[in-house]
Amino acid sequence: MITELGHFALILACLVAVLQSTVPLIGAHKRWPGWMAVAEPAAVAQFLLTAASFAALTHAFVTSDFSLRLVVLNSHTDKPLLYKITGVWGNHEGSMLLWVLIVALFGAAVAWFGTNLPPTLRARVLSVQAMIGVAFFLFIVFTSNPFLRMAVPPFNGQDLNPLLQDPGLAFHPPFLYLGYVGLSMTFSFAVAALIEGRVDAAWGRWVRPWTLAAWIFLTIGIGLGSWWAYYELGWGGFWFWDPVENASFMPWLIAAALLHSAIVVEKREALKSWTILMAIIAFGFSMVGAFITRSGVLTSVHAFATDPERGVFLLAILAVFMMGALTLFAARAGAMQAKGVFSMVSRESVLVLNNILLAVSAFVVFVGTVWPLVAEMAFARKLSVGAPFFNAAFSPFMLALGLILPVGAMLPWKRAKLGRILRALVPAFGLALAVGALAWAMQSGRSALGPIGLFLAAWLIGGAVTDLWSRTGRGQGRLARLARLPRADWGKSVAHAGFGVTIAGVAAMMAWQTEDIRVMQEGDTVDIAGYTLRLDTVEQVEGPNYLSTTARFALLREGREVGRLHPEKRIYPVAQMPTTEAALDNGFLRDIYIAVGDPQEGGGWAVRSYYKPLANWIWGGAILMALGGLLSLSDRRFRVAAGARKVPQGVPAE
Amino acid sequence: MRGLILGLCLLAAPALAVQPDEILGDPALEARARDISAGLRCLVCRNESIDESNAELARDLRLLVRERLVAGDTDEEAVAYIVDRYGEYVLLNPTATGANLILWLAGPLMLGAGLVIAGLYLRRRASAPEAEAVRLSAEEEARLRDILRD
Repeated sequence: MITELGHFALILACLVAVLQSTVPLIGAHKRWPGWMAVAEPAAVAQFLLTAASFAALTHAFVTSDFSLRLVVLNSHTDKPLLYKITGVWGNHEGSMLLWVLIVALFGAAVAWFGTNLPPTLRARVLSVQAMIGVAFFLFIVFTSNPFLRMAVPPFNGQDLNPLLQDPGLAFHPPFLYLGYVGLSMTFSFAVAALIEGRVDAAWGRWVRPWTLAAWIFLTIGIGLGSWWAYYELGWGGFWFWDPVENASFMPWLIAAALLHSAIVVEKREALKSWTILMAIIAFGFSMVGAFITRSGVLTSVHAFATDPERGVFLLAILAVFMMGALTLFAARAGAMQAKGVFSMVSRESVLVLNNILLAVSAFVVFVGTVWPLVAEMAFARKLSVGAPFFNAAFSPFMLALGLILPVGAMLPWKRAKLGRILRALVPAFGLALAVGALAWAMQSGRSALGPIGLFLAAWLIGGAVTDLWSRTGRGQGRLARLARLPRADWGKSVAHAGFGVTIAGVAAMMAWQTEDIRVMQEGDTVDIAGYTLRLDTVEQVEGPNYLSTTARFALLREGREVGRLHPEKRIYPVAQMPTTEAALDNGFLRDIYIAVGDPQEGGGWAVRSYYKPLANWIWGGAILMALGGLLSLSDRRFRVAAGARKVPQGVPAE
Repeated sequence: MRGLILGLCLLAAPALAVQPDEILGDPALEARARDISAGLRCLVCRNESIDESNAELARDLRLLVRERLVAGDTDEEAVAYIVDRYGEYVLLNPTATGANLILWLAGPLMLGAGLVIAGLYLRRRASAPEAEAVRLSAEEEARLRDILRD
């Protein structure tokens, strides 16, 4: 019964979305307030109905209702409750339902918090958002209905893929979707502005929080995914340049570009049409991501419910929205006149450079991702594009970005004197050179990667600190003023420093990790990077829905025990799948990482142990970037409506 | 997700990627073998190098690479030997020949184009007269001021 109500709510939500996508749009065109006013209640109703539908599916998973096909395929009564819930989106149909839920959530958020938007813009934004909703509702109902019943319900389910039964991956999809779909909000704002035919500073200010929120969610989502791969896949890789990873990385890069160009629109009323274009492309890449993951066009290790019919449907959605938006852009972009005047040396110019580097790096990732497809269709060459290509073709962009960032961040608007900024940055640059030289002197290998990475990281972090400090003025009380700086300033510096921290982690891990592979008996020891690992025992352990072979290691430093590690090999009998659970000893400067393999013929177990320098900096940097975004988002300047209401003669929010 | 196919590979041979018995006695040779393996694709897995993969075929290829190195091949000869037998598909780092030049040059060309266009735009911006920003009505101006007030 609850399932049928959920199914019904889904269809109702689709109908409400159809209403919301047309009536307010006509209303805005004809200036009929009544028709425009339909948008808000419709957005809220659409969200509530979708939420009800999602709740019904969750209920089916939690109660293990095996009359539902999706539950049979992805759940099992023995599964822990957490993974029963996360199993809702651990599959194609459920994850699409989560996707539309978030589309509707963002729409409702505009209805709730967007009271300071001009009524026509708000009606149009909500209409465009509902169009996206309609497309995905239809996609779900016609190709991926999660509410299909089984004619003969089995006694138990087939269990969720064991690799997905993990806290890191359980929350990876929701964050990623919040990011992807958050960009739909930016897209809606861009299209609404094109229909409106007007982009001004206020538009820049309205659209920036949504972009920022989407970017924060994407940062967290990508970070979680990478962290999961690191500890779960058994050899401590953190990024594979896989098509599906690239699919999440491209929108992230474009969203980062968009964040920065929207600042120029807001502060200086320039780069308007470019910003609109970025907003369209960012969401385009989100949908390309959905297409790549679910169509099976590109062979990816993430191959997730691949189905040609769904692929064609998604491609049609992508084509309609992109062609529609780009046609509108071509027709209207000419009307967006830039107002701000600025010289070649100015914050504006550096932000243009930032956007070029980010957009072209996203383009490189895109070309590399689709090249196997193009080469096969156009040139009959079956080839691969893997990590070596991306490392070589993508990294220079990040290097260039990192080099100009500290200078650009401190340049004033309009016109700037480069000399003063460079003088202020001399200490940071000196520190960075020293760090790089030290790394060069201390390493034994020949790779320049490590020293360059650490130089860049120190330059970025030092630059961020210099930037913040330079804003406190002169004389007494600089520390007090530092604490009182606007949160946006703090956010900017924290996020930029986070970028540096991630670069340090990536470079150190790629340049200096050491590895040891050997057969170990109980009682054997292995030395790695100044530590000693001792294999004490290997035991069989029974988990809730798996069997585990657990190895017990002691980590020793100079004969003293500093930690215990328990890597496992698990077998999930229902899913018939083994997994490797690596064990880590986390540290600020290094991780010790062990994975245990098969028992060997002559006795003992294959053991891989790693020393991974600065491993946690990769995700620490991602956390800092997200935190910087949050600080910026919480800046009072974004809470425009709250501020406006306090002013007695303030213009009412119409 | 990544796990699905990886799981299949694991199912074929539930083991770690490089096995202890594969490792060559000579550390220099072994290091070269690892470098080469990282650039060769495991053909039955998706987008994984033979160095990372657990599949049987990846193991065979790893052993083949080591055999060639022990036989005295240079890195290039060892890779060429594998490519001759398994095709260009096995290379994770595509060669910069023929149509692949498009792939390799796409980034630099796009960057060049972007810089030129941006340069022209910036020159125009620098020399543009300060536009009269009063195309808004008085009421809109008031509203904008209100909204932009910090």
